[in-house]
Amino acid sequence: MENLNLVKNVIVVLSGKGGVGKSTLSVQIAYGLKALGKTVGLLDVDLCGPSIPKLLNLEDCTVHQCDQGWVPVYSSQDKQLSVMSIGFLLKHKDDPVIWRGPKKTAMIKQFVTDVCWGELDYLIVDTPPGTSDEHLSVIENLRKQITGAILITTPQNVAVADVLRELTFCRKGSVPVLGIVENMSGYICQNCSECIHVFSKGGGEELAKQENIPFLGQVPLDPNLAMCCENGESILDALVHSNTKDAVLNVIENLLQVAHN
Amino acid sequence: MMEVVPENAPEHCPGTQSEDAGKASACAGCPNQTICASGQIKEPDPDIAKIAECLSHVKHKILVFSGKGGVGKSTVTANLGFSLSSNPEQEVGILDIDICGPSMPRIMGVMNEQVHSSGYGWSPIYVEDNLSIMSPGFLLSSPKDAVIWRGAKKNGLIKQFLRDVDWGELDYLLIDTPPGTSDEHLSIVNFLSKAGIDGAVIVTTPQEVALLDVRKEINFCKKLNLPIIGIIENMSKLVCPKCQHTSIIFPPTAKGVAGMAREMQVPYLGDIPLDPLVGKCGDNGKSLPHTFPTSPSAIAYKNITEKVQKFCLNNVAPTSEDTIN
Repeated sequence: MENLNLVKNVIVVLSGKGGVGKSTLSVQIAYGLKALGKTVGLLDVDLCGPSIPKLLNLEDCTVHQCDQGWVPVYSSQDKQLSVMSIGFLLKHKDDPVIWRGPKKTAMIKQFVTDVCWGELDYLIVDTPPGTSDEHLSVIENLRKQITGAILITTPQNVAVADVLRELTFCRKGSVPVLGIVENMSGYICQNCSECIHVFSKGGGEELAKQENIPFLGQVPLDPNLAMCCENGESILDALVHSNTKDAVLNVIENLLQVAHN
Repeated sequence: MMEVVPENAPEHCPGTQSEDAGKASACAGCPNQTICASGQIKEPDPDIAKIAECLSHVKHKILVFSGKGGVGKSTVTANLGFSLSSNPEQEVGILDIDICGPSMPRIMGVMNEQVHSSGYGWSPIYVEDNLSIMSPGFLLSSPKDAVIWRGAKKNGLIKQFLRDVDWGELDYLLIDTPPGTSDEHLSIVNFLSKAGIDGAVIVTTPQEVALLDVRKEINFCKKLNLPIIGIIENMSKLVCPKCQHTSIIFPPTAKGVAGMAREMQVPYLGDIPLDPLVGKCGDNGKSLPHTFPTSPSAIAYKNITEKVQKFCLNNVAPTSEDTIN
């Protein structure tokens, strides 16, 4: 595990449920930590649906080898944010990765042991939904390094139910849970300013209370955040002040507080 | 029956069905080497024929796929099921093979039910007289229970659901899957290879990060010669319940879903708006088509259901014995 020797903190981003914004928030948190002057790595272990290259506008990048292993892709010249994803290894981005569990497990082990991360303040690990091969592989290979996990949910019961199972997974695997983030918490109509609870209301906060876990904050459902994702941008760099910007900053602040207490 | 790449296989296992099975350099030291080299496991899995027999009274089998999580596969499956069963002459079954995240019991309003066994096998849970469902969710004793299984174990349960559930006579069996292109997806297509699959419906949302995954899913279907019934665009737009203003929450870039469908030469079945009523029904286990029949979402589901039915009635489900172009 030499390649991880200089990685100070590993944060795993989990959710039982798909489509709640794990990758979106992994990227925005990575951007936010970078803006605070930290060196950040982002490891995408969603092998079937690798979103990270798209969300960082790095789709055309490829990975190079050095003596110690793979050199991660840097999001910018300052090399403060480094990234690894299977997306960089595909010949064509529309090629499906049709792998059963053992092959996925082996790839994740390579991503953990063979990437030359160098010195990192934070390594953020974005995962696919579920509690299966990929998640077990991450826990097994990063057991000693994991600072903790954050669980992403949307407010509605059907998402919260899956996140409750993910919490059990963390507890069974002795992974500290840093907190829960509730994403897509309400949409403000641009016309009449009515708050529309598209995906119901409050489930994430209630779960955190019920399970005695820190609630790291709510992030609204915001087309501007979706646009930032499409363009590979940080919401924190957006020119206009928005509740979403504040919400993401709030999540990062709370996360750092819990992680370092 | 040995899986194609067993859980205890070494890193570069050629696969148990490969010509090199047991003979490749990677096989040295593998506990399965002798059995692979003997060729025994290339024999067809007898359960596949058994599954075909068990499902011989199921007229149409439809897989609901998406590359991407959270686009509404389970919601779409449920509402297609409710739409199809609104014709009392039609018998509809729903099989949930999202083992780690089984949402169907909650969405269909049968969360606390338990599965019973009879001499004919496991009895599915009836949501309505002509709508039944089987899900791993019914096998969990508590909402906190996590199913922390690797691929091979998940495949075993999927096989049981296909072989051991007493579905009876069905016009339609809808199969809800987890996101991705992995064990569950390979297994369901493999296990149904003799029984026949009418095709797959692929669900997406409008944004490019979802389309990235959907293109992979389309190519997955093409690689496996699985007919694609069409693409459903979910959460296309939001209509404010107060002022009726339309907002696009998940903005499409480039050609959008319909453009992508055209480019990849797959049918576009239609779009469903992002409607708080849909989520509300899902959380409370209510049927959207029955509870809010005049809502734009319910009308969208009705139109899509008609197209799916038309596809099934006009096309014969191919099996592994057919040659498919």
